[in-house]
Amino acid sequence: MSLILILEQSLNGLQFGLMLFLLAAGLTLVFGIMDMINLAHGSLYMVGAFLAATLVQATGSFALGVLLSIPATAAVGMLLEVAVLRTLYARDHLSQVLATFALILIINELVRMIWGSDMPLSAPGALAGPVQLLPGMPYSAYRLLIIGVGLAVAVLLYFVVTKTRIGMLVRAGASNREMAMAMGVDIKRLFTLVFGFGAALCAIAGAMLGPILAVQVGMGENILILAFVVIVIGGIGSIRGALVGAVLVGMVDTLGRAFIPQILREFLTPAFAGAIGPALASILIYLIMAGVLFWRPQGLFPARG
Amino acid sequence: MQRALTIVVLLLAVAFPIAMQAIDQTYYVTMASRILVYALAATSLNLLLGYGGMISFGHAAFVGAGAYTASIMIAEGLPSAWIGWPLAMAVSGLLALAIGAISLRTRGVYFIMITLAFAQMIYYLTVSMKAYGGDEGLTLTQRATIGFGFDLKDDATFYYVVLTLLVGALYLISRLVNARFGRVVQAIRENEARMEAIGYPAFRYKLIAFVLAGMLGGLAGALLANQNSYVNPGILHWTESGKLMIMVILGGVGHLYGGVFGAIGLLGLEEVLANHKIAWLAALYPNYQQHSLLGVGLAMLAVVLYAPQGIAGIFRRKRHD
Repeated sequence: MSLILILEQSLNGLQFGLMLFLLAAGLTLVFGIMDMINLAHGSLYMVGAFLAATLVQATGSFALGVLLSIPATAAVGMLLEVAVLRTLYARDHLSQVLATFALILIINELVRMIWGSDMPLSAPGALAGPVQLLPGMPYSAYRLLIIGVGLAVAVLLYFVVTKTRIGMLVRAGASNREMAMAMGVDIKRLFTLVFGFGAALCAIAGAMLGPILAVQVGMGENILILAFVVIVIGGIGSIRGALVGAVLVGMVDTLGRAFIPQILREFLTPAFAGAIGPALASILIYLIMAGVLFWRPQGLFPARG
Repeated sequence: MQRALTIVVLLLAVAFPIAMQAIDQTYYVTMASRILVYALAATSLNLLLGYGGMISFGHAAFVGAGAYTASIMIAEGLPSAWIGWPLAMAVSGLLALAIGAISLRTRGVYFIMITLAFAQMIYYLTVSMKAYGGDEGLTLTQRATIGFGFDLKDDATFYYVVLTLLVGALYLISRLVNARFGRVVQAIRENEARMEAIGYPAFRYKLIAFVLAGMLGGLAGALLANQNSYVNPGILHWTESGKLMIMVILGGVGHLYGGVFGAIGLLGLEEVLANHKIAWLAALYPNYQQHSLLGVGLAMLAVVLYAPQGIAGIFRRKRHD
C-alpha cells in the first residue's frame, strides 16, 4: 500500500464524488423544496449521456457535444416536470415513488427505441493518455478534467445559490416553502427552473462519466441510489450537505473498494478476507447512511434551521 | 355474496391446472404459479404499506433472504421443504426484526430511505457470497421435497402447494387485521401519538407487523427460488422492491386482495405485452414486443395518477353504487 497508490485512489474518489455531487445537487433541491422523491432523476443522467454521445458524434467535437447536451437535457427535464411531475407534488411519498419508478421504465424503453441499448462515447484523444502528476505518479488526464469540471461547477453553484436573487429564492423555498409562497415567490415557475437546472447538472455528470462508465440503458439506476445516499447524509435540501456527502461517499466507496480487502488480510485469513472484504467495502456507505439516519435523521447539514 | 364469490374464484383456481392440461397449455400453469408467488410477496408488503402505513422500500431484501436460505439448504443437501421453508421464514423474520428495530425509530421519508439502505446492504452481501455463486447466482439441481408422495418437480403439484400457502396466508391476514392486533396497527397508522397516549406501545406493534411481513416475504422468496430453480442477487435489487410496491398500489393499498390483484395485473400485463402479438399495436410500432416495459410503465403511471385506489378500488366503488 504505497503512498502513491493512496494518492491515486483519493483522486479517483474525489473525481467520483464530484460527479455524484452534480447528481445530488439537483435531487436535493427537488426533494428539499417540493418534498418530492424523484426516482427518475437517474433517467435524466442517462438521457444526458445519450444526448452527449449523439451530439459528440454529430459535431465531431467532444467539448461542443457535451456543451450542447446540457441545454438539451435541461429542456427534457423541464418538459418532464411540466407534463408529469408537477401533478405529483401534492401527493404522498408512496405515489411519488411509484409514479417516478414508472417513469424510469418508460424513459428506459424510449431511450432504447431511439438509440438502442448503448452508445459509444470516448474521451477526447488529446486527454486519452496519462499526465505525470508527481514523479513516479502518472494520472489519467481525462479524470483530472472531470475533477476540474466538478470543482468549477461546485464553485459556480455555490455562487448562484448564495449570491444571486434566484439562489435566494431557492434557499427560501427549501427552508420554508409556505412562507416563501406567502411572500409572493412564484414557486411553480421557480420549481420548473430548478428542475431544468438539476437536469443540466445531470447532463454534465452523464456526459463526463460516460467515457469511464459506459453509456447504456440502466446506467442511472445504481448511481441514483448513491445520489440518495449522498443527500440523506448531507441533509435533504442542503447544497453544502450534498457537496460534503458526495465527496465523503465518493472517497469512502473508492478507497474502501481499493484498500479494505488488503487491510482485512492483515488480520484475517486470506480466504475469509477475500470473501468479506468486497462486501464490507460495498456496504460501508450504506452503514454510514443508516447511522446518519439513526442518530441525526436531518442529516449533517440540515436545510431547515 | 362476497363469500360466494371467494369460493367460486377458489374453485376456478383449483380447476385451472386441470383445464390447462386438457387444452395442452401447461405453460400457463408455470406462469400462474409465478403470479401466485408474487401475489404472496406483494400481500406481505401490503401488510406494511396498507395496514401499517409503513412505506418500506426494501422488501426485496426479505424475499431475497428467504430465496437464498431455501436455495442454500438445497445446495447443501437438505432439500426437505419442511426444514428449508420454515428456516427461510425464520431468517427473513430475524432480518426484519433487526432492520425493523432500527428503521422504525425513523419517520416518513427517512423510513423509506433507511429501509432502502438496509436492503442495499443485503444485496451486496449476496453479491459477495462467492461460495453460493456471487454475482452469477446459484442454480438449483432440484426443487425442494415435501414427501407424502408429492413431487414439486411436477408443475401442477407446485402450483397447488403455492396456492395452498397463499390461501393460508390470506386467511391468516384476514383474521389478523380484524383482530385486536390488526385494529391497533391500523389505528397507529391513523394516529400514532393518540395510540401512544392511550397506552399502546406503538413501536412494538409496528415491529411485530414488520417481522410478520418479513417472514411472509421470506416464504415467497423460498417459493420463488424453487419455482425458478435459480436464485441470484438480482431478486434483491432495489428495482424489485419497487416492483412489489407497484403491485400493491396497482392492486389496492390496504385491501386484503390488493397484492393478489396487483400481481395478476402487473405480471399479466407484462406477459400479454411481451409474448402475445396484438395486431393494432404491431401496426402502430412493429417491434413493440421488445419494448413491453414501456406499456407497463405507462399503465403504472396511469394507475398512480388516475386510480390511486388500484384494482380493488374499482370493485369497491361498484359495490357502493
